[in-house]
Amino acid sequence: MLEIRNLHAKIADTDTEIIRGLNLTVKAGEVAAIMGPNGSGKSTLSYILSGREDYEVTEGDILYNGESILEMDASERAASGIFLAFQYPVEIPGVATMQFLKVAMNEQRKYRGEDELTTPEFMRRVKEAAADLRIAPEMLRRPLNVGFSGGEKKRAEILQMGLLEPKLCVLDETDSGLDIDALKIVSDGVNALRSPDRAFLVITHYQRLLEHIVPDTVHVLYKGQVIKTGDKTLAMELEANGYADIIGAAA
Amino acid sequence: MNIATPILTPIKLTAAETALVDAFTRQVGELPGDGMVLVARDNALDGIKTEGLPTRRVESWHYTDLRALLRAIPADTNAPFIEQRPGLVSNAFVLPVLNGKPDVKTSIDGVTIGSFRDRLMSDDHAHIEPRGSDDAIGRINTSFVRDGLVIDIADGTTLERPLELQLSQSAGQSHMRFAVSFGAQTKGTVIERHSSLSDDASLVSSVSDVVVGDGADILWIIFQAQGPVDTHLAQMNFKLGANAKLTLYVINTGGKLVRQEVHGVTVGEGSDFQMRGINLLGGDTHTDVTFTLGHDVPNTTSTEIIRNVIFDRARGVFQGQIRVAPDAQKTDARMACNTLLMSDDADFSAKPELEIFADDVQCGHGATVIDINATHLYYLMARGIPENKARGLLINAFVAEIVEELDDEQLVEALEDVISAWLDKHA
Ligand SMILES: Nc1ncnc2c1ncn2[C@@H]1O[C@H](COP(=O)(O)OP(=O)(O)OP(=O)(O)O)[C@@H](O)[C@H]1O
Ligand SMILES: [Mg+2]
Repeated sequence: MLEIRNLHAKIADTDTEIIRGLNLTVKAGEVAAIMGPNGSGKSTLSYILSGREDYEVTEGDILYNGESILEMDASERAASGIFLAFQYPVEIPGVATMQFLKVAMNEQRKYRGEDELTTPEFMRRVKEAAADLRIAPEMLRRPLNVGFSGGEKKRAEILQMGLLEPKLCVLDETDSGLDIDALKIVSDGVNALRSPDRAFLVITHYQRLLEHIVPDTVHVLYKGQVIKTGDKTLAMELEANGYADIIGAAA
Repeated sequence: MNIATPILTPIKLTAAETALVDAFTRQVGELPGDGMVLVARDNALDGIKTEGLPTRRVESWHYTDLRALLRAIPADTNAPFIEQRPGLVSNAFVLPVLNGKPDVKTSIDGVTIGSFRDRLMSDDHAHIEPRGSDDAIGRINTSFVRDGLVIDIADGTTLERPLELQLSQSAGQSHMRFAVSFGAQTKGTVIERHSSLSDDASLVSSVSDVVVGDGADILWIIFQAQGPVDTHLAQMNFKLGANAKLTLYVINTGGKLVRQEVHGVTVGEGSDFQMRGINLLGGDTHTDVTFTLGHDVPNTTSTEIIRNVIFDRARGVFQGQIRVAPDAQKTDARMACNTLLMSDDADFSAKPELEIFADDVQCGHGATVIDINATHLYYLMARGIPENKARGLLINAFVAEIVEELDDEQLVEALEDVISAWLDKHA
């Protein structure tokens, strides 16, 4: 589903390279965990996948279902099924959450040549998804993410993911800021979406999340490269010993 | 008041000035009021005749050269009949003033309503004088005012429904005056709604004198949506009593040549004035919001936030002057004016001015041209919203944010609809 080949990327308009020859393959149905020390380039990778223009790919390619997405802008990538749950969701005053959800869902449908949702159908879907994630309807009446607590923002991201039904889901530290109960609720939400035609890239620092969302593969990112790949036991190893050994071995 | 400066060689009047002088000659016999009212009219017209309309050399008109911009005056013939429309919000109590003629039949508990024409006829000291020799709106209005409303809200009255002054024009001219007095401890909302109901050119002058009594809490919304060929000259003068609060929204979404003046003074301690301005400008138009506020007594506060979105070749102006009198200690005054310019030919001039004569005060102002926030744009696009549409949402948000401060959900919804409809048409 996703194939990243020898990817090099820098901060646009500078010479600062952040991703330095990264290779990664994720198959349909797979849950791939991405771990790695602070500043290793995990969020940058997620931004580049989503099409953020602050970064510039200088070498390599990103193939999604066999085709390069480098020429697509963020909205086209999203509409073709790539979703990023942000590490730091953005507050947008003046944009009502409900209006935003409706426009996003319908614009994606339009892009794929599907009919727009009727208002009752839209309302039904939002209500149901919000209830599953224990999101109060009151929260949805506010401007997008404005004044939401850290945990509420993360839940709102997963709500959007559920409603937009993407094929490739990138979760950037969705667990940070969630209390123990919320972690369970959000993980259940993610697990409910697991299916043979959907892949997940789960960026996290902690084994705790991976006990709920059990990964098929675990990849360690360091200085913009994948330096080690393993199965779920690799995450446990890291939890016990830290990154020093792996970084040492790779150097 | 006409401070007559001796003019040796009379100026050569423009077409519009000549038309005003001629119209006065034709109309003077039938304009309501005698005595001092007539003297005031004569003086005002004389000011136009001898000094002409203000040019950019007059400081308060520096960005709006009225003499050059006002090319013609629509004929003072009878305008086509128009009907009352539903209120901006469905629960509004509508007081229609159609082509300048008020309907005063309506009655509300605690509210006395009369026509300004009756005041002009019965009180030959009725206040209609211009503010000064640079008050061109005053001069035009004083010369020609025929009618309007006199509204008194008794002490302690709470208006359960918004009061809509529905000022609609189909063509020709209307010169209206509104004297509105809110008694002590009153509460309520007034919507001053100016619209054009035809494609013909019209000229409207509208002056309101508003007194907000002690402890009153009033929301006043000026919503101006004249047509693309109309001239709209409006002025609001207000006085704020002790611990009174006035929240004023000025929303301009139409007109070819628009000047909305707001002049206020705080006369009682503890009063608070809040102004929010939204200018949605497009086409080949000129819109000027000019504001002066005198903090004349200690312990008063004011905040003005103006947001502008300018398309095409439209030109906008905001002049904001805050004066803090020598003994007006503990004044807190803030002014901000932000503009999104949507085309290379769009233009906005902002002139914030602080004149502070007291030492223990907090005052600040800022005027900036801003851009769409790149992170906001990216976030919306990352959810599959195409760039154009995402920009539209953010432009909308830039002004909708101001409207969302209101408590009245119906009103918020109605104004948001106005904003999105306008942007859909222009963006
Ligand atoms: N726009 C930018 N400007 C400057 N530096 C940047 C920018 N984007 C990323 N970086 C730098 O690139 C490196 C990688 O950042 P990134 O956010 O991808 O790390 P991360 O692996 O997600 O870290 P964390 O675990 O702390 O979230 C960091 O050193 C960061 O400071
Ligand atoms: Mg990160």
